[in-house]
Amino acid sequence: MTDHQHTDVTLSHEDRAADSTTLFGFWTYLMTDLVLFASLFAVFAVLRGPQFGGASIQNIFSLPFVLFETIVLLTSSFACGLALLAAREGKVKGTIFWLCTTFVLGALFVGMEVHEFAGLVAQGLGPSQSGFLSAYFTLVGTHGLHVTIGLLWLIVLIVAILKRGFSRGNMRKLALFAIFWHFLDIIWIFIFIIVYLTGSL
Amino acid sequence: MNWQEFIFGRLSWSVLPQNAIAWGGAIFMIACILILVGVITSFGAWRWLWREWLTSLDPKKIGVMYLIVAGVMLVRGGTDALLLRTQQATSVGNSFGILSATHFQEIFSAHGSIMIFFVAMGLMFGLINLVLPLQIGSRDVAFPFLNSLSFWLFCAGAALINCSLLLGDFSTAGWLAYPPLSELVYSPTTGVDYWIWSLQIGGLGSLLSGVNFLVTIVKMRVKGMTWMRLPVFSWSVLGSMSLVVFAFPILTVTLTLLYLDRTAGMHFFTAGGGGNMMMYVNLIWAWGHPEVYILILPAFGVFSEIVPVFSSKKLAGYTSMVYAIWGIVGLSFLVWLHHFFTMGAGSDVNAFFGIMTAVIAVPTGVKIFNWLFTMYRGRIRFTSPMLWFIGFVILFTLGGVAGVVMAEPPADYELHNSLFLVAHFHTMIVSGVLFGYFAGLTYWFPKFFGFTLDEKWGKRAFWFWFLGFILAFGPLYLLGLEGATRRLDHYSAALGWQPLFAVAGVGAGMIAIGFCCQMAQIVASFRKRHENRVGNDPWGGRTLEWATSSPPPSYNFAQLPLVHARDAFWASKHSGVPLEGQFEDFSMPKNTGAGIIIAGFIFLLGFAAVWHLWWLLVLGFLGAVVTLLIHAFNDDTEHLVTASEVMHLEAGLRRTPSTI
Amino acid sequence: MKRSSVFLVIAGAVALVLGIAIYLHNTTIAVLDPAGPVALGEKNVILITLFLCALVVVPVFVMLGVFAWRYREGSHAARYEHHSEWDHYNWIAELIWWIIPSAIIFVLAIIAWNSSHALDPYKPLQGDAPAITVDVVALDWKWLFIYPAQGIATVNLVEFPAGTPIHFYLTADAPMNSFWVPQLGGQIMVMPGMTTQLNLLASRNGDFNGFSGNISGEGFAGMTFTARAVSQSEFDQWVASIKTSSAPLTQASYSELAAPSEYNPVTYYAPVDDVFSATVMKYMTPGSAMMESMSGMQMTQ
Repeated sequence: MTDHQHTDVTLSHEDRAADSTTLFGFWTYLMTDLVLFASLFAVFAVLRGPQFGGASIQNIFSLPFVLFETIVLLTSSFACGLALLAAREGKVKGTIFWLCTTFVLGALFVGMEVHEFAGLVAQGLGPSQSGFLSAYFTLVGTHGLHVTIGLLWLIVLIVAILKRGFSRGNMRKLALFAIFWHFLDIIWIFIFIIVYLTGSL
Repeated sequence: MNWQEFIFGRLSWSVLPQNAIAWGGAIFMIACILILVGVITSFGAWRWLWREWLTSLDPKKIGVMYLIVAGVMLVRGGTDALLLRTQQATSVGNSFGILSATHFQEIFSAHGSIMIFFVAMGLMFGLINLVLPLQIGSRDVAFPFLNSLSFWLFCAGAALINCSLLLGDFSTAGWLAYPPLSELVYSPTTGVDYWIWSLQIGGLGSLLSGVNFLVTIVKMRVKGMTWMRLPVFSWSVLGSMSLVVFAFPILTVTLTLLYLDRTAGMHFFTAGGGGNMMMYVNLIWAWGHPEVYILILPAFGVFSEIVPVFSSKKLAGYTSMVYAIWGIVGLSFLVWLHHFFTMGAGSDVNAFFGIMTAVIAVPTGVKIFNWLFTMYRGRIRFTSPMLWFIGFVILFTLGGVAGVVMAEPPADYELHNSLFLVAHFHTMIVSGVLFGYFAGLTYWFPKFFGFTLDEKWGKRAFWFWFLGFILAFGPLYLLGLEGATRRLDHYSAALGWQPLFAVAGVGAGMIAIGFCCQMAQIVASFRKRHENRVGNDPWGGRTLEWATSSPPPSYNFAQLPLVHARDAFWASKHSGVPLEGQFEDFSMPKNTGAGIIIAGFIFLLGFAAVWHLWWLLVLGFLGAVVTLLIHAFNDDTEHLVTASEVMHLEAGLRRTPSTI
Repeated sequence: MKRSSVFLVIAGAVALVLGIAIYLHNTTIAVLDPAGPVALGEKNVILITLFLCALVVVPVFVMLGVFAWRYREGSHAARYEHHSEWDHYNWIAELIWWIIPSAIIFVLAIIAWNSSHALDPYKPLQGDAPAITVDVVALDWKWLFIYPAQGIATVNLVEFPAGTPIHFYLTADAPMNSFWVPQLGGQIMVMPGMTTQLNLLASRNGDFNGFSGNISGEGFAGMTFTARAVSQSEFDQWVASIKTSSAPLTQASYSELAAPSEYNPVTYYAPVDDVFSATVMKYMTPGSAMMESMSGMQMTQ
């Protein structure tokens, strides 16, 4: 019983309106992020073309590795969903557990990506070697940067929940984080398909 | 890298100005800053400034600050213009004018960048901050802190572009910095980096404002204000902000990629190495075309408010006007290639974009017809806002014709990048955006300051701007047809172009006098403010902002209005049905310094990125993040204002509840 | 309005018109004075478009003048319609000003489609003789013209027989440029690592000014050149005299030429190596990926 904390359901009209406004605002920001990624995808599509003596997509990655990365990130998203469910039921311990799982898996994803990039650079296939590599590193790297920022946000969120439990502010921040995290998941799926899968065909 | 390179990056003594005119600019800027600091200190006003203005989240105050910064940047952009005109009028044959070629190129690049990003955007966001919340019957915008942060980021961008007056040079690649000219190999100095970072930071502020105002209009309209009761100015802001949200991320990406090319040796747009410079042109104009509609739509909105009021007649074709706005918004994403018909995309592609460009003239024309028909059978007062409107109709129509001509690809093959093009876009931006915002400023000034602007100086300003514009840009249409390319710092005497450039110079001088008239207008108006005091409705207004006092209280409305019709205030005046709702409790945001502090750190980040001071970049970034986190965890951001407090305040100001 | 102001305005307008007339009498307006079929076609597009736009602009100005005057406050001549505030939506007027501009735009769309194809810079032209090929390299800050068939090259002067189509192939060894001879036709952007084309023809003899239409650095204003149309026999003589008296254009002399310089005088070279292809390939070295796949951009064979 002690790890339950009831979320405050008696929100005033003003509070509900404010939450709805914040949510709409966050979705609007997310749409700008979508346009940002769309531009990077367009750049990648233009620069990926046939390479003359330089590296092309086939010879710079291993599909099993990327597949594993994808599973890690998707599982991280799943864990985030479980965290949200636990929070709605007022379970502090459960929420924190699943948020930490989200973090660990997300950090693993970023670590794998850094490892992949470092390996490429060591082989002399860094972003300054060709237009294609510039586009590849920037598209995938921007996604990784967003994930990293998400991880930092997650730490802050975990600390906030530990300190103040499921206050209205924390519930709202948790909901926004979850939307952000799932959004990054969707972007990754596009990257996986457009960059890696079609590249390996 | 030795310790000196690490600490100082690319800074050195040689980055100070290199010639007399450059020193003049730098010294003038420093002198202005010192005088300002001195005046504030002598009045002991630092605390007041911090408390009342710099940390304020009141959009009315933020709006005034935007307008002041935009005005200051107009001085710089305008001085640039005078220098450019002087050079082109004198640099003929054996004379090479007053500026070196490189300096001339820096000046026109700065002129364009400043006018678009810091004058036009500043005027626009200033007016929106002032007017929008009042027009929709709201006490504030959706995200007050974000609003403050956006303004201070705008200032950080402006500060960075002004740094280039003293330290280093500016880009010589034009206001859009096409590669490969803007790549490191052809522009090795800090110039292009200043351009990148001042636009990046200012652009971030604009993007955040776009989100903010869009959410405000969607979510914070007062009860009863359904979509088709929204004033046309507010509709135009919604259209413009929708464009901001879609277009500005493209700019963010493009600037970042160019910076990566220059700093990390990447190959997005380089000549060779797999780069594609045509992709840059596409990306930058995919942002750039919506940008000009972002600027013009609220100006159209201003005219939609002014013409009905000064014709004492409701706006003709409200529904048409709304559809025209959204037609323009949609179409503005389908025309970007008309900026580079000559790049060789082929006839099919060129023809498609040419046709779409011509199509976008239709909703624009519809708007002009609706304004004219608002005047039809009205009772027209020729106040200076109406004069700005009439000047706009005359010039904008003609400039629009030039645009439709160039929308035909074969015509553009001749006229692209000529002075005909330069004349066209200046006509659209000056007579559309600038005249519109000048009209709006005059129209709404009494609402926010409680007294009108001096009409005599206002009319003088109009005539100097209008006639000056004709003299300054009329010759340029002709010069373009004579084969004059834009951006020339010198030309042969045999071409016979000098008389036209001389006339253009005179025109530019007249515009400068017009601006001085506007400064005189402000001084004269403040002097005469007691004689020209006005109440809540000096013009016979139609929309909600005229229902509250002049100036409004910080909370905008003592009682939020209940809206029953379009032109709600006018409806209430003439039907007798009162507008105001109940007295109630509400929260207002508390002041915070987080906005200016975060922007300060971002300024340091931008400066560091330009000069390769990586330690400072990290510091700036961390400072911004930490401040943001502190603010995010600050729960004490609002204070409650009770109904009885408001009643007391209103009674104390001798306003009874029944007359808002 | 005061009588003195009216007088001033009229005097000013007269002075302006007089000034314009005197100026126009003494000057050539290049775009409106075509010397070839391409420029002529482009000028016609400009004029037709202007005429079609006038169909809208004139009514706008008339309405503006009439309404501003007739319905000004203080004029009791005209009806003031504020009582009908809340009724009748004037749908006839709306229909007119949606449909008529749309109709004009429809005509302009047809013109856009047809003229874009007819005046495509890549479209070869028919003339009195077979086309002459000229390879153009935009340099910092001058223009190099190579005549592969004739085995000569020139700087800042391109001479050719009138009536003969010239097929230009253009590249740059410099930032983005634009090649423009207003009296012969429209411009084309010229970029390093890529080849583009332009087809022009001069219908009469003469010297025509050529300009660079895109800023490429410090010396860009000096990047002017002359396009000279002469008779066939004059052209043959010119080619012959260059061949007898000029230095060769080798990779080495080309590299010297390509170094940044401004306001270059006209110079001649003969014989010439294939520096054009070499310059294009220079930006496509293997080891750095190529930009083969630029859609819509037509490449040299």
